[in-house]
Amino acid sequence: MRHTWTLTKTRMRLALRNRAFIFFSLVMPLAFLFLYLGIISKAFPFGGGASVGPYLLAPVIALTVMGSFWGLSIQLVTFREKGILRRFRVAPVGPGAMLASSLISNYFLTLPTVVLEFLLARWIFHLDRWGNLWSVWALVTFGTVAFASFGLIVASVTNTMQETQVINNVLWTVFLFLSGATIPLPVLPRVIQFLALFLPATYLVTGLQKAVVRGTEVWHLGAELLALGAGALFAFFVSKQLFRWEPEQKVTRRAKAWAAATILPFLLLGIWESNRGALRSDAKATFDTMDERAHPPRPNR
Amino acid sequence: MSSCVVEVENLVKRYDKVEALRGVSFDVREGEVFGLLGPNGAGKTSTVEILEGLRTPDGGRVAVCGLDPERSGPRFKQEIGAVLQSTALPEKLRVIEALRLFASFYTRRRDPNELLKRFGLEEKRTAFYMHLSGGQKQRLALALALVNEPRVLFLDEPTAGLDPQVRREMYDIIEELKREGKTILLTTHYIEEAERLCDRVAVIDQGKLIALGTPRELKQRSAGTTRIEVRLVKPESDGALQNLDGVADCRESEGTYLLHSTSVPQTIVALVKHLEARGNELASLEIATPSLEDVFIELTGKRLRD
Repeated sequence: MRHTWTLTKTRMRLALRNRAFIFFSLVMPLAFLFLYLGIISKAFPFGGGASVGPYLLAPVIALTVMGSFWGLSIQLVTFREKGILRRFRVAPVGPGAMLASSLISNYFLTLPTVVLEFLLARWIFHLDRWGNLWSVWALVTFGTVAFASFGLIVASVTNTMQETQVINNVLWTVFLFLSGATIPLPVLPRVIQFLALFLPATYLVTGLQKAVVRGTEVWHLGAELLALGAGALFAFFVSKQLFRWEPEQKVTRRAKAWAAATILPFLLLGIWESNRGALRSDAKATFDTMDERAHPPRPNR
Repeated sequence: MSSCVVEVENLVKRYDKVEALRGVSFDVREGEVFGLLGPNGAGKTSTVEILEGLRTPDGGRVAVCGLDPERSGPRFKQEIGAVLQSTALPEKLRVIEALRLFASFYTRRRDPNELLKRFGLEEKRTAFYMHLSGGQKQRLALALALVNEPRVLFLDEPTAGLDPQVRREMYDIIEELKREGKTILLTTHYIEEAERLCDRVAVIDQGKLIALGTPRELKQRSAGTTRIEVRLVKPESDGALQNLDGVADCRESEGTYLLHSTSVPQTIVALVKHLEARGNELASLEIATPSLEDVFIELTGKRLRD
């Protein structure tokens, strides 16, 4: 535990000295914030009701959280390719401490960006509500660990930076366009809405929209928190199984099977959601709150 | 008789179909500097990485401080220090931070400030790893390897790629460690390094240990012979030079004929006469005292850098 904490502090220090980290973890999320709340919100249907801002803030936070898998996968592959990991390997440090320190440092570095997004949304874009901050915190926490662990898995099954970038791009595109993070879920074709039920990103986006727009309490976010929590635990366990110190250590078939098994919780949850769940109807209900005809804007106090 | 800190018995390592180690055995005694000398690809790094617990052997037995490197986990790692051949630290980690970080992993640890001073890195205390020169990086690697007061230190090609000046600085540091009684296992393909630093040397080639002893003992294998390096204007067959007076052995390497002679004047006279008769001429001639290189050439028929 002591090693994990020492490594966490070092990783945070290194991240803050890294320009790429600052760009991807601060500049880019804030650019998304200005794009969504400053530009897209103006072009939104229904005359831009009071819920449009909170509705669009949710995917901005989701993108910030989802970005964790980019940073961590690239960092781990770089460390392995440069032989940095093998230096730690001859010291009494295990894979658990190495991976846990990545996740914890990433979490502590993501939180301030999320807080800043909330504050800027309030001050610059005059967001009229905070939503349920406990629910947001729970979703951000589970989401950050889950997506960061996915990144660690990607890093463990790829051999080079190029391979990592290709897989990251594919995953990012899927998460971005099929989860409701760019185009709202209720607007997407039915078949995509069905596919979205199997994506971790969908649970994060819809959960955050419910928490920010409708102020949904933590205990009413069962499916979302279960998906992200189970995903986080399972993905961390799998990433520990797959961890490789050396570039020349081959990815075994067993490792590939473990990596493929990461989709299992989302497969099961997707099947349950498609039959009995209320995720799609919840997403629709949140989306409809933006219709000024049904929900007139609150008078200014 | 001092006790053995490292024991290697019949070690075997394969990479797919290539046998990198074919039954290597040796031991390293407490307080000695033991060298593994051989060309690139001889199996030196495989041996030392198995001893560091970084690779799994395919056969044989190894023990370091009485522990199995593969199975003893953190307890084993507390006992060793290592300078790896291909490694790095994060680019923007400061020198002092690296020392403090690694010191924090061990139960027995040295003061990072003292190590900075000892390895001449005080001025670079707050420098990023990426801004260090090759020699400074290697000194930091040594300081990190000593941060836990290890019982045994593994140095894998510690001076490879360094310029001669920096290499000599490293020799001074290793000699100082030797005077302190540290047990060191170092791999090298530099003859000078092995001769200067090692108490005992194991010569390794193509995965096999072909000679083991003190540098003096090994050089005695060439006792009575002197190496004459000859370059000719026109090539000759080895056999012709082998039959010259006083020549005990003759090999050709990269256009140079290496004659091991028991009587230098006799051999030179015979060589000149032989070349005159053949209408050939000397391009260059060099006489060298026996070195570990000669032992290596004698044992393998090739130079270390081949």
